[in-house]
Amino acid sequence: MGWYDKLFEAESFTLENGKTVTQKFTRLPLILFLLLIGIVVSVWVTGFSIVTLFENFAGFWKIFGSMFPPKLSYFVQVWRPLLMTIQMSLLGSFFGALLALPIAILAASNMTNHRAINLTARFILTVVRTMPTLVSALIATYIFGLGTFAGTVAIFLFSFSFVGKQLFEYIETVDMGAYEALTATGANSSRAFVTTIFPQILPTYLSTSLFAFEGNVRYAAILGYVGAGGIGMILNEKIGWREFQSVGMILLSIFVAVVIIETVSQQLRKHLS
Amino acid sequence: MSEKLEAVLSKEPRRGVQYGITIIIVLILLASSMPALGGADITAKGFEMGRNILGGILTPDTSLLFGLGDSGVAYLILQTIAIAFLGTLVGAIIAVPLSFISATNIVPRPVVIITRFIIMAIRTVPSLVYGLMFIRVTGPGPFAGVMTLAIVSIGMISKLFIETIEDLDSGILESLDAFGSTLFQKIRYGILPQLGTDFISILVYRFDMNLREATILGLVGAGGIGAPMIFALSAYHWHQVGAILIGLFILVFVVEILSDKLRQKILHG
Repeated sequence: MGWYDKLFEAESFTLENGKTVTQKFTRLPLILFLLLIGIVVSVWVTGFSIVTLFENFAGFWKIFGSMFPPKLSYFVQVWRPLLMTIQMSLLGSFFGALLALPIAILAASNMTNHRAINLTARFILTVVRTMPTLVSALIATYIFGLGTFAGTVAIFLFSFSFVGKQLFEYIETVDMGAYEALTATGANSSRAFVTTIFPQILPTYLSTSLFAFEGNVRYAAILGYVGAGGIGMILNEKIGWREFQSVGMILLSIFVAVVIIETVSQQLRKHLS
Repeated sequence: MSEKLEAVLSKEPRRGVQYGITIIIVLILLASSMPALGGADITAKGFEMGRNILGGILTPDTSLLFGLGDSGVAYLILQTIAIAFLGTLVGAIIAVPLSFISATNIVPRPVVIITRFIIMAIRTVPSLVYGLMFIRVTGPGPFAGVMTLAIVSIGMISKLFIETIEDLDSGILESLDAFGSTLFQKIRYGILPQLGTDFISILVYRFDMNLREATILGLVGAGGIGAPMIFALSAYHWHQVGAILIGLFILVFVVEILSDKLRQKILHG
């Protein structure tokens, strides 16, 4: 930012005690200018138009309104796929979190003192994380066939990369003192890890895993869109058939399930921290 | 290891029962979830698919990857960034007032419960459903994507905004009051400096997330890099899939690094 300060001179003030202090010229105009360029380009590329939005917004409310009242009797057909969605998330999150621990240890530079291994582990985590879950779900349906297994695989991959990244960043900040002390007395590194590092990372590990599970339940609801099982399948079907009251019931069921799961999981996470 | 140390280590509180119960609960939950693993049918065809996909990523369609036209990866990336950028901005504009009326230190408790319930409800609807609803408003294309991301972002943005607002140091406002400041001065010198950096950092973070989200909107015809990817996937054009995935990877990777740097700079100067 040196050029900017050269272009706009800093203002200097003389204090009562004779000291001079300088205040750099405000960065606000530059930030606003960049923001404006960003907005103009984005509006141009996306065809965003406030006018259309206000003119046609009634269409949004119309669909929204047609979901009310939700068709309660439809719940008979909703609960089974909903349960399936939760089961997919649970399994995917659990195994994802389980596999995340060893890779996080490999990726953390204070646990694995080998640059090449660190970088490889991080690269794997990044590649997996880049892939949108819906795309990995679609690819999984090609490989494993349509159904919940493909969805579970997609959730597994997401949880693995998410928990893995959070965990390895956390491991790098733990207090190594006790670990070093224990290894100095002759404990082997796995014993030292279990007694000194593991208790430090366990609360974060569990709470990140629970957080991933919460998000996964919500996310799993759309995996059905690519045929990866769960409640998204019937959601997609009902939208296609324009049975919006049934759609309303599906969304209501997801809402209740998500609220219950988030409340339980938040209580658990509060205990952990 | 010395015996003394062993003795100390063995004095650690025994949590065997506690762990045991937790493990049993988790195992029961997992066992009851096993039906989700059904339906796997890994055939020779599946393996071949896997090999094809991998082959496609290793030998991407270079004319698509480096093409500069409307269907080239570069333009698709620009469009995805634009959708995520505007979506975050519009979402923030809606989220700011919503957060102020959901903060316990600004409005009374009953109002907070209602507004938080609304935010929670907004958050539950999957993004693809919003996408389909907005297509009726804006027609298919990136505009629908912008509005979808805006609504989807409200939940997280306002949740984090609320936390920041509730952390406001009211002492500063009281001292400004004692000075005899006007309402505008109180907002300008008492509130904005406290909230500004956190708000911007939250938005940068959300932009990063929206970028990922924007890549799947194409599924419902809401623009971005997702649509051509899904077309290529369903048509088994693996080389095109490879080119788009590589573009996506570079995009997400670069933006993640930049946004991390930017947030560090914003928060710690």
